Amino acid sequence: MRDAFAGALNEACKEHDNIFFLVADISPASSLQGFLRDNPTRFIDVGVSEQSLVGMAAGLAMSGFRPFAYTIANFTIYRPFEQVRVDLCYQNLPVVLVGVGAGISYSALGGTHHTIEDVAIMSALPNMTVVAPCDPLEVASAVFQSFDLEGPMYLRIGKAGEPNLTTDAVEDFRLGKIRKLREGKGTAVVGYGPLLGLVFDLIDDHPKQLKDLAVFSAHTLKPFDDSGMEEILTNYASVIVLEEHVYQGGLGSHAVRLTRRTGPSAELRLIHLKDEFIHVYGTRDDVLAAHGITKQRLLDEILS
Amino acid sequence: MGESMTAKESLESIRRCKRHRRRILEVSQLLPALHVAPAFSCLELVDVIYYHCMPGHGEGSDLFILSKGHGAMAQYAVLDSLGIMTNDEFLSVCQPGSAFGGHPDRGNPGVIASTGSLGHGLPLALGLARGAVERGEDKNVILVMSDGEFMEGSVWESLLLAPSLGLKNISIFVDHNKSISRGKIPVMHPNLLPLAPKIETFGWETAEVDGHDSAAILEAYRSRGGDRPLAVIGHTVKGKGVSYMENEPIWAYRSPNPVEYQLALSELADQEVDNA
Repeated sequence: MRDAFAGALNEACKEHDNIFFLVADISPASSLQGFLRDNPTRFIDVGVSEQSLVGMAAGLAMSGFRPFAYTIANFTIYRPFEQVRVDLCYQNLPVVLVGVGAGISYSALGGTHHTIEDVAIMSALPNMTVVAPCDPLEVASAVFQSFDLEGPMYLRIGKAGEPNLTTDAVEDFRLGKIRKLREGKGTAVVGYGPLLGLVFDLIDDHPKQLKDLAVFSAHTLKPFDDSGMEEILTNYASVIVLEEHVYQGGLGSHAVRLTRRTGPSAELRLIHLKDEFIHVYGTRDDVLAAHGITKQRLLDEILS
Repeated sequence: MGESMTAKESLESIRRCKRHRRRILEVSQLLPALHVAPAFSCLELVDVIYYHCMPGHGEGSDLFILSKGHGAMAQYAVLDSLGIMTNDEFLSVCQPGSAFGGHPDRGNPGVIASTGSLGHGLPLALGLARGAVERGEDKNVILVMSDGEFMEGSVWESLLLAPSLGLKNISIFVDHNKSISRGKIPVMHPNLLPLAPKIETFGWETAEVDGHDSAAILEAYRSRGGDRPLAVIGHTVKGKGVSYMENEPIWAYRSPNPVEYQLALSELADQEVDNA
């Protein structure tokens, strides 16, 4: 996903002459070369200085530039939180905060490097747009559509090697709209971020059993597509919400909120991280399993 | 070199700053409490910046950020004197329906940044300065910061970063009144002092002046080398200009009563200038 981000940013430079790419001592190394070659003065590494990363990006935005501020998600938004709130949101400036390795992408690095409550925190900020693409293709779409915004965006992405899930998606990516990826009936899975890969893995494993499973990418967590979610809750008998985030302030809480309007038409099941810091290690799958998120659990929820 | 002020300009500055102080006190009489002393402390700095350092007096290409947002009344008084803020707007500060509050808010006339939380102005200034360089614009970014603000980590991040990025078009004026909310910096946090050598070690040019001497402030700015960003340390007195407010912590956020108000006005009367 980080390579898709850097590639999309370089592509966007062909159309927009006001892009700045700021990082804090980290970069999508392999894909950065193209950007550096084509836009040598538009890349700034501020060093290990996240408050300056965000504040400086705000100053560039005040000057009419479109800055992208990039580092590992916890450093992008938690360390300089007040700069995010005051400099970006309160002043409503068009800076894209890129959180790479969000969720538990860096599973083995421990809780300091996880963001399991970032969607909730960023969504609580007025003026902020929160987008969590599910694959490299959606990352690129989010980068291109970010230029339509007048205010800040938090772009929550994974790290490297995520497969494309949306090559054959039923609908196009539109910022602010829940996107149908796969037609189905009866049961729908709605999720966001690379965790949606779990659903497609499951479909590959059980093509006959899951041939009617509908899949949606709720990539824009804020502003939330209430009507899109209400439609899903109305049209499917069973809806499973899947997210690499705690329940509070996440997609599941939106779904629960909206069932008050739709009535109990759909059976709603929520799969999310526990309200606990993660002290176990291993692969991402290992850590997800420790919080009860496995292919088997998802299959059981779909078939039950 | 003509680097300082003429005697006439100096006298005008003294007269303006007395007026600014009287105007701020006028607003104080409309409100139960106001940041009066923090504004008096940085008044000459803000006045010199607008009237002498920025060729467009706030409406040109140079940019100003009051990073010590609690000195807002100083900026408002200067904007009022320049006609950038209207009299009605000035007198409405902190009132229901007013766009002007106790801290500067982006979007208001003459205000480009929302401050009030310390340590935000300098990182913003780096972005503004870098943006100007990218566009090839001859634009200076000028800030007023408080000395207490230098306890914020974000300030040192950006002090370190600006020279590393080769930014020369940033000037900080430090309102060095040696006071923070709960007391005196030399007593409570002596290791913050002296400020200038610390800033200089980070790659900045520094100068130290009497922060209430307008001519000295301007001279420090005009005689800068220009090959590094600049920090002018202005030694100031919190509450400067009204004897009973000077260095008295209680006046950080308070409005004088009618008797105190009249006493203050008598100390700020214009005739003293005529004898200067």
